[in-house]
Amino acid sequence: MNTATLRRKAIFVQSIFFATAAVLILTSIALVLFIGSQGLRLFTTYSPADFFFGTSWNQSTHTYGVIPLLYGSLMTTFLTLLVSVPLAILVAIFMVEVAPAPMRRVMRSTVELFAALPSVIFGLLALTIIVPWVRETFNAPLGKGILPATIVLIFMVQPTIVTITEDAVRTSASSLREACHAVGATRWQMLSGVIIPASRQGILTAVILGLGRAVGETMAVQMVIGNITVRIPKTLTEGATTMPATIVTQLPEAADPQTRSALIMVGFLLLIIAFALILSVRTVTGRSSKKPKAVKAEAPEPVSPDPRDPLRELEREMEAS
Amino acid sequence: MSPQPITDSKQGVVLGQARTNGGMSQIEIEARDFNFFYDNGGFKALKDINLRMPRHQVTALIGPSGCGKSTFLRAINRMHDQTPGTVTQGELLFEGEDINRAEDLIVLRRKIGMIFQRPNPFPMSIFDNVAYGLRLEAQGVRKSEINDRVEQALRDAYLWDEVKDKLRHSGLALSGGQQQRLCIARAIAVKPEVLLMDEPCAALDPIATLAIEELINELVKNYTIVIVTHNMQQAARVSQYTAFFTTDDSRTGQLVEFGHTTDIFTNPKDSRTEDYITGRFG
Repeated sequence: MNTATLRRKAIFVQSIFFATAAVLILTSIALVLFIGSQGLRLFTTYSPADFFFGTSWNQSTHTYGVIPLLYGSLMTTFLTLLVSVPLAILVAIFMVEVAPAPMRRVMRSTVELFAALPSVIFGLLALTIIVPWVRETFNAPLGKGILPATIVLIFMVQPTIVTITEDAVRTSASSLREACHAVGATRWQMLSGVIIPASRQGILTAVILGLGRAVGETMAVQMVIGNITVRIPKTLTEGATTMPATIVTQLPEAADPQTRSALIMVGFLLLIIAFALILSVRTVTGRSSKKPKAVKAEAPEPVSPDPRDPLRELEREMEAS
Repeated sequence: MSPQPITDSKQGVVLGQARTNGGMSQIEIEARDFNFFYDNGGFKALKDINLRMPRHQVTALIGPSGCGKSTFLRAINRMHDQTPGTVTQGELLFEGEDINRAEDLIVLRRKIGMIFQRPNPFPMSIFDNVAYGLRLEAQGVRKSEINDRVEQALRDAYLWDEVKDKLRHSGLALSGGQQQRLCIARAIAVKPEVLLMDEPCAALDPIATLAIEELINELVKNYTIVIVTHNMQQAARVSQYTAFFTTDDSRTGQLVEFGHTTDIFTNPKDSRTEDYITGRFG
């Protein structure tokens, strides 16, 4: 085979890769544009201020205030992560540092099995166990609301967060454990001072994925949250709703185009919020992991003769990725 | 298999008897019929090791892969405690006390520091890396002292001039050789008596290796150093004493010969040592 044929082949293969990537990116953009255009149509007949700041959502009176939905979504997500992340870190540490090997294997496969459970099963369990428990314990007539939704979400995001956190902790522990012992650190000093900070990147990846699941989870939440859209709940144990839960319960019965647009707009908002959350977490981690406590003004970086030195650039890119 | 009593020509004392001299012992680490097993005794990794490592000297442990030299090194600060199923037999003495009976592992490891094959700085600033050991509660170092101790450790590790302007930068941003010297600074900051080095130059280029070797030659004035190396030139360059380990058919490591490095390399008593150092085997 001569070089011309080889080059043609290379170009052919490259264009296939390029086309695949292009299709993927274009589909995502098209999806966002489509949902956006459909949703934003609402504002031709409904005031954006009433949508974004309205505290009640009622199909029958054509009131589409998104605040109760937004509140429910952000609250369940926040509370879920508040409990899940520290819990997952503890579980991961237990699995890496404490549990004997056979126990760790059993835990690992159990956790992975949990991740594969369909969400309707979680919903079913929550409906038969958590909701009655909330009803009795908190003397709540319905037993549904943000609290049971948060409890079921904790169970649902735990597998993802634990698995990724454990990988991160195990990786940093394997390279740093002996170094810590060699300077006379106790196990606790090693974990809190070195291993967990070193696992920060992995833990934050876990948080992003958990966040994605918590904010987007529909089925299980819809089954236990009560789907009350007309007001902002005052307690965690009265009926509430989230953005996905509202879409899934109301879209089938949305007859008029305005309601449909309003629900699609909620979907668009959900999309934007999910992107924003993920982006913000990524920005925070990106910055903190690259230069821990770097003081910029104090010392210049080692000077390279030419700032545009291609090797330097390559190094920089590799560091960035 | 017990080694001959060794005489240190420079100090003019018979090291083998120094322990009974009263005053400061000349033997820092001593193995007496030391055996080591993995798998709850299922695999014997070291057999009847008898060895006396003099104070403030570099002892090199050499031998083919799997001969147990690293296992022996790691037994000295009980790194094996992390591995389930390891068992020791016989005595391994540090300053006359049995290492395996040491009650406080933290105290033991403070006195016996360790440098690893791959440089493993913590993901924190250069300053914090060196200060890490000092800040641990067990050290009891006053806060006001920490700055001085960090500077001293970095100077002793020949790293100060290269990093004094960027102490707040991440230790991971240094080159491999600098990272290894940072790890040495971290180890000596807590003022140990002994430094164990497990192939400290295995991941470094020749120039960085040379810098570490020069550093070892300097450090030996204040520390007893035990170094495992695969590089025989390195053993010859940095050590005053050399222990040659090898394995038999059962893969159990044993000590073949121990003595002055110059003797081991120019006039080995055992044919196995000669075969190894002349490159006929291993």
